[in-house]
Amino acid sequence: MTTPRYIENVASLKLDKDRCIGCDLCTVVCPHGVLVMKERKADIADLDACIECGACAINCPVEALTVKKGVGCASAIINGWLTGEEPNCECGGSC
Amino acid sequence: MSKNSSCPPPEPETSCCPPNKDGTECCPPAQSTGPCCAEVADDRPGYKLWPFVCGWTTASGQQIPKVATRLTATDIAGRWLMRWGFGRTRYSIAPGLYAIGTPSGDSPVLVTANYKMTFDILRRDMYGHDAWILVIDTKGINVWCAAGKGTFSTDEIVRQVKRVKLQDVVKHRTLILPQLGAPGVAAHEVAKACGFKVVYGPVRSSDLPEFIDTGNKATPQMRRVTFGLVDRLVLTPVELVHMWKHILYSIAALFLVGGIGPEIFSLSAAWSRGGAAVATGMMALLTGAVVTPILLPWVPGRAFAQKGAITGLAIGLAAALIFADTLGWLNTLALIIATATISSWCAMHFTGSSTFTSPSGVEKEMRRAIPAQAAALLVGALCWLAAAF
Repeated sequence: MTTPRYIENVASLKLDKDRCIGCDLCTVVCPHGVLVMKERKADIADLDACIECGACAINCPVEALTVKKGVGCASAIINGWLTGEEPNCECGGSC
Repeated sequence: MSKNSSCPPPEPETSCCPPNKDGTECCPPAQSTGPCCAEVADDRPGYKLWPFVCGWTTASGQQIPKVATRLTATDIAGRWLMRWGFGRTRYSIAPGLYAIGTPSGDSPVLVTANYKMTFDILRRDMYGHDAWILVIDTKGINVWCAAGKGTFSTDEIVRQVKRVKLQDVVKHRTLILPQLGAPGVAAHEVAKACGFKVVYGPVRSSDLPEFIDTGNKATPQMRRVTFGLVDRLVLTPVELVHMWKHILYSIAALFLVGGIGPEIFSLSAAWSRGGAAVATGMMALLTGAVVTPILLPWVPGRAFAQKGAITGLAIGLAAALIFADTLGWLNTLALIIATATISSWCAMHFTGSSTFTSPSGVEKEMRRAIPAQAAALLVGALCWLAAAF
């Protein structure tokens, strides 16, 4: 079964290919197949599937990947607007 | 453990210790010095043993609880309560090391969160395998959310590895983490800090046995997050429960405003007009928070707010066809607008339960949707009020 597609052209994921050492870990941790290996370097194959979870960036040993990490949750973002702090979902379990 | 100092009756699937061949109820001692099964091993003042602890094993001088791989009715009831949002903030187990089956120094170490539902599913899925489970303190939050919040983290893993002296329990130096823990963990930092190499396992624990049996290899499918019908369905009740306060206030407000009319305030109008408005609101709520999530892949549009508005409009129009004659045109208009708007708002909040929305995307859709929802709600409310005069 395929996962539905979400809003396009917004994901903040950036890849600096010159830094990439081809360790492959980003393609392992990405839950949506955004990154693939191409000519022994990481490559962004499906940017619009990126949910900005930050798994690839934090696991990149050479900081070749950057992303504005966060949760794709309306309540969290509204909380962030109201409190002026980072979006935070206080919904506990399965948010 | 009150008077029951013997083992629970042998239940091959429930118990971590196989039933004795001679039919006695006592499980074999975990080690030569170990006590019989769960017998008084931790019957200390002030402590209560979790029902899932079915024995003890000793490794490097530590007593480590063995856990059952079959869930009991209590575990399943607990899961249902969680799905409906009851006691979610305290459904946690103690962090530390647990054993599944009869693990040795070569058995894999699986790292997980201390949300009991997560732990239950993991031990159930590991039925028939030998493994160590390192439960880290995520404040009772599941792996993916905890990784997002930063409690399923590099530091916490390193802390627990050191606390349980994992290097003395196992001979190898590998930790298997759930893939969805990755947003909170830097694999290379864990290795640097405690000498254990991080291997990311599959997204779903049901794939773990196959992952381990094939030498820690994940198929592409094991690496992908999905969002099937069941996934969507189980997340709908908690969204509704979260809104109960808003729902109660709204009901009170609707009855109150429903009474406003030519006679300034009428109790019978409060009842009839307010009641109709509450019914409309409930219908819209279910449309946005239950029907839209179920139909999510098939409703047109990318933004959840748009999907909710479309289903809301459809249901509102259907209701309008049925009730238009009795309601009059202003009330009917209010019914359609309110259903679409409230459904849109509720569906927008389902972004938090979904597995494929990005914060940038949610923010973009909200900046467009909220002004539109506010305007529509105002128009709907005015129509409804005007209909009273």
